[in-house]
Amino acid sequence: MNIVIVGLSHKTAPVEIREIVAFPETAMEVPLRQMLKLPAVTEAVIVSTCNRVELYAISRQPDAAVVEMKQFIADFHDLKLEALQDHFYAFEGTDAIQHVLRVASSLDSMMVGEPQILGQIKTAYGYACEYKTVGLILNRFLHKAFSVAKRVRTETAIASNAVSVSFAAVELARKIFDSLDNKTVMLIGAGEMCELAAKHFVNHGVSKVLVTNRTFSRAEKLAEEFNGTAVNFDNFQEQLHRVDIVLSSTGAPDYVLDAKKLKQVCKERRYKPTFLIDIAVPRDIDPAANKLDSVYLYDVDDLQGVVQANVKERQKESAKAELIIAEEVNQFQSWLATLEVKPTIVALRQQLEEVRLAEVDKTLSSLSGLNDKERKAIESMTSAIVNKILHQPTNVLKQANNNGDGNLYIDAVRTLFDLPDPVDQKPDKSNNRSDI
Amino acid sequence: MGTMSLLFSITTLIYLVASILYLVAMVGKQQQASRVGRWTLLAGVVLHATCFGLRHSTVGGTPVTSLQESLAFFAWCLVLLFLLLDLRFRQSVMGAFAAPLAFLLMVASALSPDVVVQLNPVLRSWLFPVHITFAFLGNAAFALSFGSGVMYLIQNRMLKSKRFTGIYQLLPSLDVLDKVNYTCLSIGFPLMTLGIISGAFWANTAWGTYWQWDPKEVWALLTWFLYAALLHGRLTIGWRGRKAAIFSIIAFMFLLFTFFGVNLLLGGYHTFEAFAIL
Repeated sequence: MNIVIVGLSHKTAPVEIREIVAFPETAMEVPLRQMLKLPAVTEAVIVSTCNRVELYAISRQPDAAVVEMKQFIADFHDLKLEALQDHFYAFEGTDAIQHVLRVASSLDSMMVGEPQILGQIKTAYGYACEYKTVGLILNRFLHKAFSVAKRVRTETAIASNAVSVSFAAVELARKIFDSLDNKTVMLIGAGEMCELAAKHFVNHGVSKVLVTNRTFSRAEKLAEEFNGTAVNFDNFQEQLHRVDIVLSSTGAPDYVLDAKKLKQVCKERRYKPTFLIDIAVPRDIDPAANKLDSVYLYDVDDLQGVVQANVKERQKESAKAELIIAEEVNQFQSWLATLEVKPTIVALRQQLEEVRLAEVDKTLSSLSGLNDKERKAIESMTSAIVNKILHQPTNVLKQANNNGDGNLYIDAVRTLFDLPDPVDQKPDKSNNRSDI
Repeated sequence: MGTMSLLFSITTLIYLVASILYLVAMVGKQQQASRVGRWTLLAGVVLHATCFGLRHSTVGGTPVTSLQESLAFFAWCLVLLFLLLDLRFRQSVMGAFAAPLAFLLMVASALSPDVVVQLNPVLRSWLFPVHITFAFLGNAAFALSFGSGVMYLIQNRMLKSKRFTGIYQLLPSLDVLDKVNYTCLSIGFPLMTLGIISGAFWANTAWGTYWQWDPKEVWALLTWFLYAALLHGRLTIGWRGRKAAIFSIIAFMFLLFTFFGVNLLLGGYHTFEAFAIL
């Protein structure tokens, strides 16, 4: 049994391609059912997001499955296969397991560490469950992927640093003020980025929002949005001593806040820290203000710098994540290997043979005065019992395997008889079609 | 003697383990490790107290007369104060400062000559343990205040220069560091004050005079004035942040000189050997 993946992502295909091969989330039933009908495919999941389209399948003939799945994507969207061929990637076996675990853990994302993809895979899996296109293996595999993603998230700092400018501002504020509860934010001007940052601040506990704008009505409108207060632009500086965080983005050609004024404000605030974020270009706040002891001034470039540093930090953390994934790939692979018929039957036989030998030994040692012939008779009788017992289950296992639902039986046998995992077996080897 | 030095070694080892735990907690951001570190330190502080108890009964007096004993007692005070502070702030970074410092003090103590100083009968008074306990607890509080001050300056520098290295991630916010700095100051100052006052009373019972302008007394008073000025600045003028951090670092330098420098360079009756001579 093999996990097979065919797909394309932001790494292999431009958006023009990705958008035409996307599967609409509202109508997943048809493609899922069609995919399951492909001759080489026994289980199916379709993940479709704006950055990737991937089909997950279980197959006995991985090579055939890859061809069929590629053709299926093209056919479903009425496209020529040649147009897509260069953008496709395909994985099977260990590579496929690793790929999905990496994707779920957001290591393959456009922005490494951003968590949306996990939710999207969960949704895709939800549809596959709803339309019953997943079986034992993909069920187990996707749950594995979810738990690995969680592990990566908790054991590495891959998602702990902000990678957007507005979030970076919030993070910096928390390094200055610790908690943002009961802090006051002032918005100067009404740029979109400021508004977004202000929203983040409010979400993180900021309780008071003051808004000022050259056009007072716009200030009033924005203030309403945040349940805040509009301040007249002519005298907004008089309110500054009440403000902990300033978000500035006016279109003014000159500074709207100079260092001298800020120095005075610092004194009025009894040197409580003030965090100034100047997103405007040209800048609104005199850069010299950063030299004041209790003032922390960040302009757009500074914030970009923070973001870039955080991105680097995430990349460093992703090395740790890769180790976790390598470990989990092995673990899953060894479970998958247990699902092969041949080793299962061998293990089952071995188990019963051990029981037989032990019992024969016990019996023979307590019976003295048996001749060789009698001993042989006991041996062959017990062997015959074991063979008879095993005959039917072995046949059922083989048949079930040929009919395509062998995994269920194999898993059941392994559980019922508590058979050990074939750890000494090379996973790659057992991936070959088993025709016992 | 055997059990005592064994207990002492175990305590030192426990402080080392706690140091490692706190460092792991800080660098690896593992809350679990700092929780274990906290309990480890608590065990260490209890064991260390047992050491003092034993030493007290062997020596027949308060066992803080030699340099060796003083260093160990300082370590104990430091850990005790950190644990109290930890109840409020829960900053594993402070633990990563306090625990290794306590460990180093213990090592320094172990390396110092082991002399049992017989206290002059004149000096045997209940005021002696009171005096040193206040003084050392005060010192420990100021040491923590110093640590948070240094961390504040580093973090402040990171935020100002906008260059964020790993330390930026590890250190807590400016607000927390400033609060720790202030809390330590407001604990340390009254302790130091009580230490000086009880010392004066003790001096009076021993020598019949409250104050002799002994070098240690002079430097202690100077240090006290510095901390008083810092506390005043914080409470009334609104000093905080960088200025207060720098001030607490400078004041601690004076404190260190009072503690070590005076004994080594200036002499006077506070020197450890002097107890025997007197």
